[in-house]
Amino acid sequence: MEFSILTNYFGLYMEGFYGTVLSSVLALIGSFLIGAVIAVFRITTVRALRWFGTAYVEFIRNIPLLLVVYIFYYGPSALGFTLDGFKAGTIGLAVYTSAFIAEAIRAGIMAVPKGQMEASRSSGLSYIQTMLHIILPQAIKLVIPPLGNQFINLIKNSSVLTLVAGLDLMYFADSISTETYRTFDTYIFVALFYLVLTLPLSYGVRVWERRLQRKY
Amino acid sequence: MKMSKSFKMLSVLMIAAMLVIAGCGNNNAKNNAGGNDAAAGAATDSEAIAKIKERGKLLVGVKYDTRLFGLKDPASGNVEGFDIDVSKAIAKKILGDENAIELKEVTSKTRIPMLNNGEIDMVVATMTITEERKKEVDFSDVYFQAGQSLLVKKGSPITGLDDVTKDTKILGSKGATSIKNIKEKVPGVTVLEFDNYQDAFSALKAGQGDALTTDDAILYGMASQDPGYEVVGEPFTDEPYGIAVQKGNTDVVKAVNDTLAELKTNGEYDAIYTKWIGKAPAK
Repeated sequence: MEFSILTNYFGLYMEGFYGTVLSSVLALIGSFLIGAVIAVFRITTVRALRWFGTAYVEFIRNIPLLLVVYIFYYGPSALGFTLDGFKAGTIGLAVYTSAFIAEAIRAGIMAVPKGQMEASRSSGLSYIQTMLHIILPQAIKLVIPPLGNQFINLIKNSSVLTLVAGLDLMYFADSISTETYRTFDTYIFVALFYLVLTLPLSYGVRVWERRLQRKY
Repeated sequence: MKMSKSFKMLSVLMIAAMLVIAGCGNNNAKNNAGGNDAAAGAATDSEAIAKIKERGKLLVGVKYDTRLFGLKDPASGNVEGFDIDVSKAIAKKILGDENAIELKEVTSKTRIPMLNNGEIDMVVATMTITEERKKEVDFSDVYFQAGQSLLVKKGSPITGLDDVTKDTKILGSKGATSIKNIKEKVPGVTVLEFDNYQDAFSALKAGQGDALTTDDAILYGMASQDPGYEVVGEPFTDEPYGIAVQKGNTDVVKAVNDTLAELKTNGEYDAIYTKWIGKAPAK
C-alpha cells in the first residue's frame, strides 16, 4: 500500500472529508425533521394528511437516490434558479432518507401495544399526554436501532454527491486517483475515512440501545 | 466485554482483508503493464500494401460513438464522420475505389491491440499523437489539428480563454488532461468534474457552470447537438490527431501521407472539414 498518497494528498482528503461530514450532518438533521413530520402524517386520523404521507414515502422510497439528487441538481434550472452540487446533493439525501426515517418512526409507534393507549386514555390522560408520556418513550427504544442504521446509510450514501460535483470525499478521491494512477490505494484510504465516521456511530447506537433497555 | 472483544477482532480482520486486497491490486497492475509490451511482429515494407491489395479491401478501425468523427447512425446502421471520409480517400488512393473499405469499431482502449494483432490495417479514430504511443505504433502526418477549447451558451460574456477568471466556473470530465491544462492557464479557477462529457454538458445546460472545456473536436459535436451552445476562442493546447499503422509499415504511412497531402492541395480536405466541423480549418 502506498501511504505517500495519504500524506501527499492529505489536504484534498481532508477537504473531501469536511464536505462529507457537513453534508451528512445537515442531511441527518433535515431527514429527521422531515421524517418525523411525515411519520405523524402517516398515523394521524386526518385522511388527506395520511394520504400525503403515504404518497411521499412510497414515491421517494421507490426511486433511486441518484435520481432524487438529479432532480434537485438539474431540475431547478427549469424554474430559473440553480442549486450547486453540494446543496442539491444534501437536500436530495435528506429527502431520500426522510422517507425511510418516517417509516422507522411510524413502525416504532405502531409496535407499542394498543392496550397501552386504551389504558392511559381510560385513566384520564389526553391523546397528546398519552403520546408524550406513554407511547413515545416506549417507541424510541424500538426506533433507535433502525434510525441509527438509516444514519449510517446516509453517511455512505453521501458519496452520490460526487456525481453532481458536490465536493465530497469521493469527488476528491476521484481526482487523486486520476493523478496518481493508484486507484485501489486511493480508495482504501477513502474507506478508512468513512469508517472513522460510521464505526463510532454504529457502536454508539448499540450502547444507547442497551442503556434504554436497562431503564425498563 | 464480549462486545469490545469481537469488535477488536472485526477491526483486525477488516484491515487484514484490506491489505490483502491492496496487495492483489498491485500485482494485477504490474501484470497488465507487462502485457502491453508484447506487440505483434510487424510486417516488412511493401508487404503490407501488397497484402491490402491482394485482399482488395482496406480494414480501418474507427470510432462508432464519437459525434462528427465516427458515429454509427442507429437508424440506418451507417457509420459516418470526418474519420470515415478520410479513410475513404485513403482507400481510393491505395485501391482505386473509395468503397473498398471495411470499418471496424475501435475504442481508445482497443485500437492499439487490434492494430498490432493485424485485425485492422490502420486506426483513424481521433487519436492524439503522443511520444508514449509512438513507441507502440507509427503515425502519419497530422490529419486533424485538435486543441482544447471552451463551449459556452450562446451570448455568454466568455469569448475565449482571456475571459476565464478565478470566478469562472469551468466544467470538465474526470481524468481528462484538459482539467489540468485549464488550472495551469488560469490558476485558482473553479473546476467541477463529472464522470463523462454527457453529464458535464447536462450540467452546463442546467446553468451549473459558465463553460465546458475539452478538445474542440468533442465540443463541436456537442454544439451540433444543441444549437444554443457554441465553441468560442482559439484552441489553447495542441492535440494533433494522427492515423496509426503497425510499426514498420512505412509504405502504408507513405500512402496515407500522400493521400493527406493530395487532399490538402486539391481542396477536398477543406471540404470534408467544413462538412463536419461547420467551418474551414484554421491556417
